[in-house]
Amino acid sequence: MTANEAMEATEVIGGRSLWQDAGRRLLGNKAAATGLVILAVVAIASFVGPYLLPWSYDQIDWDHIEALPPDIAMGHYLGTDSLGRDLLARTLVGGRVSLTVGILATTVALLIGVTVGAVAGFVGGRTDQLLMRFVDLMYSVPLTFFVIILMVLFGRNFTLMFIAIGAVEWLTMARIVRGQTLALRGKEFIEAARASGGSTPAIIWRHIVPNVLGVVVVYVTLTIPQVILLESFLSFLGLGVQEPMTSWGMLINDGAVELQINPRTLIVPAAFMTVTLFCFNFLGDGLRDALDPKDR
Amino acid sequence: MSAPLLQVKDLAVHYKVRAGGVLWGKYQSLKALDGVSFDLKAGQTLGIVGESGCGKSTLGRAILQLVPATSGTVAWLGAPPPELKALRREMQIVFQDPLASLDPRMTAGDIIAEPLRNYRKDLSREQIKAEVRKVMAQVGLLPSMINRYPHEFSGGQCQRIGIGRAIILGPKLVVCDEPVSALDVSIRAQVINLLMDLQRELGLALVFISHDLAVIRHISHRVLVLYLGKAMELAERESLYAAPRHPYTQALMAAVPIPDPEKERAKPRVIVSGDIPSPLYPPSGCVFRTRCPKATEICAQVEPPLESAGQDHMVACHHWRDGRGRD
Ligand code: SF4
Repeated sequence: MTANEAMEATEVIGGRSLWQDAGRRLLGNKAAATGLVILAVVAIASFVGPYLLPWSYDQIDWDHIEALPPDIAMGHYLGTDSLGRDLLARTLVGGRVSLTVGILATTVALLIGVTVGAVAGFVGGRTDQLLMRFVDLMYSVPLTFFVIILMVLFGRNFTLMFIAIGAVEWLTMARIVRGQTLALRGKEFIEAARASGGSTPAIIWRHIVPNVLGVVVVYVTLTIPQVILLESFLSFLGLGVQEPMTSWGMLINDGAVELQINPRTLIVPAAFMTVTLFCFNFLGDGLRDALDPKDR
Repeated sequence: MSAPLLQVKDLAVHYKVRAGGVLWGKYQSLKALDGVSFDLKAGQTLGIVGESGCGKSTLGRAILQLVPATSGTVAWLGAPPPELKALRREMQIVFQDPLASLDPRMTAGDIIAEPLRNYRKDLSREQIKAEVRKVMAQVGLLPSMINRYPHEFSGGQCQRIGIGRAIILGPKLVVCDEPVSALDVSIRAQVINLLMDLQRELGLALVFISHDLAVIRHISHRVLVLYLGKAMELAERESLYAAPRHPYTQALMAAVPIPDPEKERAKPRVIVSGDIPSPLYPPSGCVFRTRCPKATEICAQVEPPLESAGQDHMVACHHWRDGRGRD
């Protein structure tokens, strides 16, 4: 075998990236892996489930205008609410709304927060001051007030809500990313990148962002439940989605009103939401352990 | 003789630091590097030696303009250096901590290829890959490890990756900032020899920074001794090691054991005690006087100029002529 062939033969030595290592550790963590599976189930059920049910979420079963207990034969697997609408269908559709808001708003927060944080931390100086003081300023605006103003100006709509929530959530993200970036900026590999002729945007994109992503991912899994809670809070105030569309927050709100007569309408959506939030938190914890920056 | 590759004149780097509390402290300038000059010819090695905190790393970074120079000039091929991006193509750097200087989330191949991505946008992926493999073989890495990540390599291998990244653009000068001091003793010689081989093959000039006199002696043609940001002695290797003129150089050498017991016994004993003074408050006159065994009145008042003490041998000391009987 010639040297060349030997080289070809050993061609496939792959490397294990830090991400792959982390993935393995994450799946080894029982709580996190379970959380991940349950989340997947809840997500699939919310997005696909409503199409498979005999009743749609806004369809009123005129024969059962009073809240009906679970009735398999009728196709109301978890019964109906006080208006005769299928509770399971409503809960799943509500989950779809809540999860969508959670994920979209977090994505908005992620994009803005990472960009602002990385630029502020890396460029430093006046840019940093300017961006971070803006963040401070935004922090001081009360959320509800901010959302109400937006609603008044632009009317109630779904897109607006996640923009509003995202616009608030990115602040913390920006601070976290900036802190991480400051720590990274002093590392030798950043200096090496500069010596290699990398421009500032290239260095931020190639070196800073991938290296803060670990922390960001953890934060994202903790932000999604926060956003879901925020959305329910807004819905509770009547600033959220509009009937007959619904979300977990609204369902819980409705259920709370009927707590005495019909606790089922509260318990079902509350159970879904609690389990989901728990799973996100377990997943976040697991991710943090898996990505533990021992600074190798 | 043509113009030297690199001509450093009176280079100074002063940092502004806040002394005494964040709120009430005032800014003071810390002279990390203060008026250092030297020439470097193509294909030659300049060794820079000194204790930690003497400004040797700052000097290396100032040459590459990774830290801004407060004053002084760096001439490249006898002319003012071209603009930054073009300059960095000609000069590269190898860092002290091999692992910290590699991005943990990039593969070895991507790390070595990074300068190419910045400078040779005309190359296709395949061409870049071929180039990386060539360089990997050159620095003694198996090209099959191209997809591995830094944490999967040993310290010595990481340093080879760092060297590969430094030479891929075909620079004329590589600054090596303590490239072996973080490595295992058994690996050091390999990396040093690799650098010397590359120097011969590629005609590289090296600025080799180290606190280790033995390593410097092995690799350098000329040696610059730094203390508190100032040049103490600058000489050809043979001349410096045979007859160190400056008390500080003598002290450094005295601290290195010589394998030959005869010579070990015969070598001059220069005892240096005490710590390096803070560069924020450097001593007046000669910066070395607080620890110098030969210090006299004049040392505290007048700063000794760097003067010629033989062919190609410069020294900054008022009393270098005294006590030469020991050479
Ligand atoms: S000038 Fe004086 S203090 Fe400085 S090294 Fe020479 S003898 Fe020592």
